[in-house]
Amino acid sequence: MRRFSWFNATSLTLGFAFLYLPMIILVIYSFNESRLVTVWAGFSTKWYGELLQNDAFLDAAWVTIKVGFWSSTIATVLGTMAAYVMVRGGRFFGRTVFSGMVYAPLVMPEVITGLSLLLFFIAIDLDRGVLTIVLAHTTFSMCYVSVVVSSRLVSFDKSLEEAALDLGCTPFDAFRSVTLPIIAPSVIAGWLLAFTLSLDDLVIASFASGPSSTTLPIKIFSAVRLGVTPEINALSTIMIGLVTVGVITASLVMKRNIARARLDEQRAAG
Amino acid sequence: MAQPSQDVFAPWEDATEKPLIRFKNVTKRFGDFTAIDDLTLDIYAKEFFALLGPSGCGKTTLMRMLGGFEKPTTGAIELDGRDIVGVPPNKLAVNMMFQSYALFPHLSVYDNIAFGLKRGTMDKADIPGRVDEMLRLTRLQQFAKRKPHQISGGQRQRVALARSLAKAPKLLLLDEPLGALDKKLRQDTQFELMDIQEKTGTTFVIVTHDQEEAMTVASRVAVMDAGVIVQVATPDAIYETPNSTYVADFIGDVNLIEGYAAIKGNRAEITWAEGQPVITAKTDLKAGTKCTFAIRPEKVAITAEEPPENRANRVQGKVLDIAYLGNISTYHVELPDGKVIKAQTANDRRIARRSFTWEDPVWLSWTDTAGVVLTK
Repeated sequence: MRRFSWFNATSLTLGFAFLYLPMIILVIYSFNESRLVTVWAGFSTKWYGELLQNDAFLDAAWVTIKVGFWSSTIATVLGTMAAYVMVRGGRFFGRTVFSGMVYAPLVMPEVITGLSLLLFFIAIDLDRGVLTIVLAHTTFSMCYVSVVVSSRLVSFDKSLEEAALDLGCTPFDAFRSVTLPIIAPSVIAGWLLAFTLSLDDLVIASFASGPSSTTLPIKIFSAVRLGVTPEINALSTIMIGLVTVGVITASLVMKRNIARARLDEQRAAG
Repeated sequence: MAQPSQDVFAPWEDATEKPLIRFKNVTKRFGDFTAIDDLTLDIYAKEFFALLGPSGCGKTTLMRMLGGFEKPTTGAIELDGRDIVGVPPNKLAVNMMFQSYALFPHLSVYDNIAFGLKRGTMDKADIPGRVDEMLRLTRLQQFAKRKPHQISGGQRQRVALARSLAKAPKLLLLDEPLGALDKKLRQDTQFELMDIQEKTGTTFVIVTHDQEEAMTVASRVAVMDAGVIVQVATPDAIYETPNSTYVADFIGDVNLIEGYAAIKGNRAEITWAEGQPVITAKTDLKAGTKCTFAIRPEKVAITAEEPPENRANRVQGKVLDIAYLGNISTYHVELPDGKVIKAQTANDRRIARRSFTWEDPVWLSWTDTAGVVLTK
């Protein structure tokens, strides 16, 4: 089969250009000497330096990381539990409704999720701040974790858990010492995915945040309304870098380790 | 299996012996499907008990109930006099060797074997000694540090065995333990299993669909069909005196001849085909009835010359087909009315010196004790 053809090459180039050209321009201009965003005046990293002096951005970055860490951690715990119940729970009352509800945030418009969370926080009289953003991010990233983890659990040989029970484990001990170590790669991948989603999120965070707590995407969005500065280009470049690393690591960890674990399991099964 | 001493191991014949396991009128249903149907069975300590049957006959369900993985819908299961219905697997002194072996892929061979011990009552300091003992028993000492995927199928099978025996259970359940091994290795492993069972004195219950395997290893075999036990007996009794055509047909090769039995004293005279002499066979039947006469091919003698008059049963036919298996040959002999009877002989001569071949007329004959008369 001939792999190269002009048609393929052209569509590939156009496709990638469509997706990445805007970002490449953003990255290039973040190294621009000039204060004017659209006029090239030579290479410089001075906007990265300025960024480090900007307390407002640094605070926002810190809030974002805190929110990302806590929300993805809680989402991983809850999402793994949900996945476990859905895959292993057998047929219990309300299973269909439950699994539907777990996956609902995947297709729910973010504005709706954000608005309903906002109303909920107001209703229970919870002051908006880091805590509310963490709760909001946990809500929508949990389903991603449970998708990733349940896809692994489906292919998990159930007799391994039965063997653990048979050898004297309580169900929880069996999960902790057999199931969890084997599905760990997908749990880690789920965490990374949740962290990346939290880092990205603007819409839901803007509903759930208060004056004292601003995440980086919110900060960038509000700054841009006053005009794009090279500083924001620099900041965006860093975020693109972080997210790219996160997503690539997550998919690599998942792909490689799941493949290996599956191979192990198959070999162990003979 | 016979003990080394003169007395035969047969606790099931001793009325004073208490069984280790009692199934009392156990029924198990999955939705509308009845997997086990009102089953009653006793298994004794130190037995090597085989549950044999085609897939879907309920043998695995029966075993999983012993392991605590399934609960009977009705009925009771006793282990050592104690009702175990509803007791979770981690609270039962029963261990199971899984068909897939279910070795923990993230743990070494050593840690796999130690896994159960660490969760038992054993003193921490005694665990390494016990693991070593198990490694020695299963000849796995040099593989202790390897992971399950770094050893061969046969070795994995032994790790699974060592792991399930480590806690010295009252009862070991083996679910198709040799299914994943090739034939040669399977035969060696069968003897190894018997050896280990004898050494440890553990009661083994094995589930298998391989009748040869059941016959080789077991002290008693239960033949199951559609959720009921058709016959429980020693391997030789199952083979020589099956209680039904199902058992006769399931175990080994058999000729089944339908007919009508007339009783003459302790013999049945079976009318089975127009123009053929009656088949005479010893039987306990008291009254005439429709029946099936079952006879194993190796008990049918095949000769080119006419057999002596005093052979109880003699028929003539011609060789239709020959299955040559090296050590033995099975001849399919067609009688004048079209009925085919299989006869098996050991090939104790070179094949060139065989005295009959395809299409040759031959005589079949057997004694009156060679077959059994079945009414089920």
